[in-house]
Amino acid sequence: MAERVAIELVLNGARRRVEVEPHHTLLDALRDDLALTGAKSCCLVGECGACTVMVDGRAVDSCLVLAAEVAGADVRTVEGLAPAGGGLSTLQAKFLEHGAVQCGYCIPGQLMAAQALLETTPQPSDPEIEEGLAGNLCRCACYEQIFDAVRETAATAVVEPRAPAAAAR
Amino acid sequence: MTASRVGDSPARVGGFGRVTGAQQYVADLHPADALHAKLVTVDAAHARIVSVDASGALALPGVHLVLTSDDLPQPVPRFGPQNRDRPVLAVGETKYHGDPVAIVVADTVDQAEAAAAAVRVEHEPLPAVFTIEGALAADAPLVQDPSLREGQALAQTNVLNEHEVGWGDLDQAARGADVVLERRYTFPMVTQFAIEPHAWMAAPDGDGIVVWSAIQHPYWLQRMLAGVLKLPLARVRVVAPDPGGAFGGKQHPKYEPALAFAALRVGRPVKLVLTLEETFQAVRRAACDATVRIGLARDGSICFEDIRADYLIGAYTDIADRVVGKGSYVGAGPYAIPAVRIRGRSILSHTVPSTAFRGFGNPQINWAVESTLDEACEALGLDPLDVRLRNLAAKGQPFIPFDTPCDGDWADSVRKAADMIGWGSPMPEGRGRGIAVGIKSGPTTGLSTSIVRLLADGSVVVYAGTSDMGQGARTVFAQVASQELGAPLDWVTVVMGDTAVVPYDQQTSASRSTVLMGNAVLNACRDIQRKLAAMAARVHGVEAGAVAVEGGVVRLPGGAVLPIADVVAASLGRLGGEITGLGEARKEADPSHPLGGSAAFFEFNCTAIEASVDEDTGDVTIHRHVTVSDVGKALNPLQVTMQDEGAAIMGLGHTLMEHYLFDDEGRIRNLGAIDYRIPTSMDLPRSLESAFVEHEDGPGPFGAKGMSEGALLCVAPAVGAAIHAAARVRIRDLPFSPERVWRAIQERDRGEAGA
Ligand code: FES
Ligand code: FES
Repeated sequence: MAERVAIELVLNGARRRVEVEPHHTLLDALRDDLALTGAKSCCLVGECGACTVMVDGRAVDSCLVLAAEVAGADVRTVEGLAPAGGGLSTLQAKFLEHGAVQCGYCIPGQLMAAQALLETTPQPSDPEIEEGLAGNLCRCACYEQIFDAVRETAATAVVEPRAPAAAAR
Repeated sequence: MTASRVGDSPARVGGFGRVTGAQQYVADLHPADALHAKLVTVDAAHARIVSVDASGALALPGVHLVLTSDDLPQPVPRFGPQNRDRPVLAVGETKYHGDPVAIVVADTVDQAEAAAAAVRVEHEPLPAVFTIEGALAADAPLVQDPSLREGQALAQTNVLNEHEVGWGDLDQAARGADVVLERRYTFPMVTQFAIEPHAWMAAPDGDGIVVWSAIQHPYWLQRMLAGVLKLPLARVRVVAPDPGGAFGGKQHPKYEPALAFAALRVGRPVKLVLTLEETFQAVRRAACDATVRIGLARDGSICFEDIRADYLIGAYTDIADRVVGKGSYVGAGPYAIPAVRIRGRSILSHTVPSTAFRGFGNPQINWAVESTLDEACEALGLDPLDVRLRNLAAKGQPFIPFDTPCDGDWADSVRKAADMIGWGSPMPEGRGRGIAVGIKSGPTTGLSTSIVRLLADGSVVVYAGTSDMGQGARTVFAQVASQELGAPLDWVTVVMGDTAVVPYDQQTSASRSTVLMGNAVLNACRDIQRKLAAMAARVHGVEAGAVAVEGGVVRLPGGAVLPIADVVAASLGRLGGEITGLGEARKEADPSHPLGGSAAFFEFNCTAIEASVDEDTGDVTIHRHVTVSDVGKALNPLQVTMQDEGAAIMGLGHTLMEHYLFDDEGRIRNLGAIDYRIPTSMDLPRSLESAFVEHEDGPGPFGAKGMSEGALLCVAPAVGAAIHAAARVRIRDLPFSPERVWRAIQERDRGEAGA
């Protein structure tokens, strides 16, 4: 087996150093090396969105990105969504309030896709929401409820993009 | 501090972990000493195993074990919820693409994968059958060894079983019909596609074993493992973390026994997480080919239905024959019909073993029967809504003569759906509407047990062996306990998913849990209320009967009403402690009944669709999708709506896009998420409206009925009818893919359409 590669990244606002297998994906690294199991594994081919995380402010399928590629990047996962002081972010709370969460397996990915959408497009139109979440499958099919949650978050909260530099501190 | 009442929609219990990433599914468990497993399969639908050479695999770094059936107790144990026909690992032959020959165990997933690829299985392909016609051909290879089917009349065929029910005189009833129509409808193989692929872990536990499984029936798995491993039940612990979606695919054990043997062999925890592709090869719904003969009188009354439904099941029975028996049994629908005959057959094939899937065997047969009824209405120029209303069984009417009488005001749901869609009102050019109904028999037997503990401060712990796979059972049980014992929802903890801790529950299926476990929890709470009343009476020096505990409060003689939390500590006295309640709910079996028991309740749904067809592309647009379910009482209206809409959209999946495609060798060609499409946010109806009817007439707590499957039952026939109304094409095979719809339109234009 090839040598492990050491990478540094900013993970949910904290600087982390980790050794990864060169062929491992960001999803592997998060789940197996960094003990963050919020991002989920399903199709592993970029079709379901269960593994969605944010890299430098954009939603990506972490199953399609090599871990080594995110060296130096700002990576955010569902574990980093809730405010530091406890409780839930508006988006998380709206998901629950609207009944967007059934089994929950797709939800970390849905939340990160929605978060990325709201950071880049704070007032998304309905087609923009549909489009923004089109890569995230939910077999429990809470799609309408997820849209409602995103719509209402956009209407009631200011979703601030977090600058990588500030986060890196 | 206010208690939650049933009928509210409080925040989901367990919701916090689901939006923070803290919820742990089986694949998220990472014990430090865990090893990883991979299944070894061969690229054949049916093959004779000549030899297995594990030496190359065992020489690879990190490999601990390659286990084949030769390493298991002999004869190799077989298991299955209906027939014990599935070996722990393949013995002599593999019978479907994905049937495991061996399981390898290594330090890492990568190593396990490399080792699995390095196991050399010499095998000889054997003739195989993948279709109903193929399996029934005179020279078809037998899927199951007749020695496994001793005493079965059909053991020398690929027909696993035949189910026949009926009543009345068909010939006589046919004489009253003004039109008799016979139509054939098919339903393809589809797969559950829970977003969580199947995952398990097993570990030795003293002189027993513990198995983690995202399973719907932990106690069933426990019993099966105890039998296969020859261990007492008390030495087999099944931990069942909440499944990340199950939909029936996680009801019954699949590869847990092989994993358990492997873990015992290596003496460490071993984890097996299937890929999505492996999951496709582990679970699916039975395909169906149904021929329906229906007789309709000019006044719209259904004279008779004569139904034949062949279901293509897989290589092992799993629960598939029950799916066929139970699905075909209510095939005639929710109507009062003088004469009915239904013949259902389960037909074995060298394909993935089909198993339970939301709706069980009903969506397949309901698609055929409701669609044929629609054709009969057309033949007589009758309104499909009128015909349904005319024939629906009335409340209390024994519409299946030997079963539970009609248990709802079903016409209410139909009228509501018709009103919502504006049946009969004008609509934009090019659109058509369709309406269909469906029923499903609820559980026919059942046993659920619950323990509830009222702690000294008034907080509550509920033990309930249901699996919360997304339906929100945990929230409903907490609501019931909250209402009965007065604790606010965040003072109620619901413990599930561990056979070492939680008392017995038969299973999480057939939309039973609100009814059966809900009643068990309610009964446990009432047990506590009785005990508390007696204790409080003692403390207050009054007669036992003078104190009442109900609805979360204590009523003392003289009119004082106190919250339970204020009374419990004093009532417990100086030693403190807690009050424990035990509750049970049963649905007794009836051995003389064709299904082994009558229906605890019926799930009833009416779906109405407004659709249009793009004649150039064959694309179907669902403009409006209306679903109305008879739920008895919505204990949590938000969750009822979520389940109803989820089932409706899942129904659109098999209606518009889902199906397994096979190559000539029986390989699934669209294996995985790229080529097998399920509804995404871009595939939703333009408008989806879900409503329910409540008459508090169900057997569950406060009059609730089960309701999680109804909205899936009649999507296909309603959409099919809407397409016909919009484009004058009858399509009798699912899914309504653009290509299929386009072809039907071409045929229509060449004048070949319809029947
Ligand atoms: S697991 Fe990454 S997109 Fe499906
Ligand atoms: S909530 Fe179950 S898959 Fe989305």
